[in-house]
Amino acid sequence: MSVPLTLLGLLEREPSHGYDLKRDYDNFFSRGKPLPFGQVYSTLGRLARDGKIVMTEVEPGVGPERKRYVITERGATDVESWLTEPVRAEPNLQTVLFTKVVLALMLGRPAEEYLDIQRTAHLRRMQELTEIKRSGNLVDVMLADHGLFHLEADLHWIDTTVARLDALGKVVRG
Amino acid sequence: MKAIEARDVVLSFGETPALRGASVSVAPGEIVAIMGPSGSGKSTLLHCLAGILVPNAGEIHFDGRRIDTLDENQRSALRRDCFGFVFQFGQLVPELTAEENVALPLLLGGVKRTAALKQARPWFERLGLAGLERRRSGELSGGQAQRVALARGLVARPGALFADEPTGALDSLTGEQVMDLLVVSAREQGTTVVLVTHDARVAAYADRQVIVRDGKVNALVRS
Ligand SMILES: Nc1ncnc2c1ncn2[C@@H]1O[C@H](COP(=O)(O)OP(=O)(O)O)[C@@H](O)[C@H]1O
Ligand SMILES: [Mg+2]
Repeated sequence: MSVPLTLLGLLEREPSHGYDLKRDYDNFFSRGKPLPFGQVYSTLGRLARDGKIVMTEVEPGVGPERKRYVITERGATDVESWLTEPVRAEPNLQTVLFTKVVLALMLGRPAEEYLDIQRTAHLRRMQELTEIKRSGNLVDVMLADHGLFHLEADLHWIDTTVARLDALGKVVRG
Repeated sequence: MKAIEARDVVLSFGETPALRGASVSVAPGEIVAIMGPSGSGKSTLLHCLAGILVPNAGEIHFDGRRIDTLDENQRSALRRDCFGFVFQFGQLVPELTAEENVALPLLLGGVKRTAALKQARPWFERLGLAGLERRRSGELSGGQAQRVALARGLVARPGALFADEPTGALDSLTGEQVMDLLVVSAREQGTTVVLVTHDARVAAYADRQVIVRDGKVNALVRS
């Protein structure tokens, strides 16, 4: 999924050690499947290579835990555009949407606005699928229906989440 | 160009604020869905747009004419001459046959009975209701009754059709048939439609969706 962007988002709160990132990732986003340390460091390595974060060695001692990671302008821009852009309106987006909402709240960004943008993208796609249904054959109709019912479920989730944003904000900001 | 417009409409029922500065506009021939949670003010907004309720503040315009300042008789004439309505429960007159129900707006508008019935009849074929002309509402299924109600809403070729949860009492397949017919018929005659629904799959039949929340309209962000 979006492990690199999620780690970048976590780094936008504050410069962090690898183990802090792993802990917060596992707490909020991993749903019972902890992120292996190896993947944390390989992802951070790629992000550093691409100029999205830099490593600072501020503490004495040896090993990776001396390093703290700091997000760069380029990394912050990636987070910003990822959060703002609606996800392509396909069914079963809960994981991505959930991650975006929680990160947005952590970063004090307008989560409700992002959800509104997403709702618009969903409704637009539902309009397209409805148009396909109105002009298509039975097979098209049934495929379009499958998409429509799933997008509708996403919309219910979006509406309920909007109603819970205040409470959720308190949880994720601790 | 706007066919229908609400500007900063405020309306309270006693102490209960239902609309707190709602603004929305609809282009001629456009089909707009008003969505939103229950109790958010959707029906109240529809009733204001249709000249049924008069706002405490704000303005309502139809075809370039301000209508919230008209008196009760003028608004009633406007509704009869320019608007059609479909509600959640067909609200057919049980004593009348289906074709008399469809002809009703014409009869009320002063058209002679024979002419009104003649104008009503093609709608039965068009909406898949052929053979049901003489039935009374008690002898129609929910979907059939709602199609009769749709025909009644459109028979006088109104400038605007106002539909409040027109599929709310139907199962989803029947509801889709009604929506499909509504969209096709409204497009054919160029009728502007304001459709209230809490159901996203119904709203997806519209050209555009707006959301009412706490008595205000959020125009959905255009992507
Ligand atoms: N006739 C009425 N008398 C008193 N309160 C009303 C009346 N109609 C609506 N309301 C109140 O106004 C608010 C908006 O209602 P409504 O427009 O019917 O919402 P919606 O159609 O979105 O469910 C609600 O709080 C509702 O209880
Ligand atoms: Mg209502």
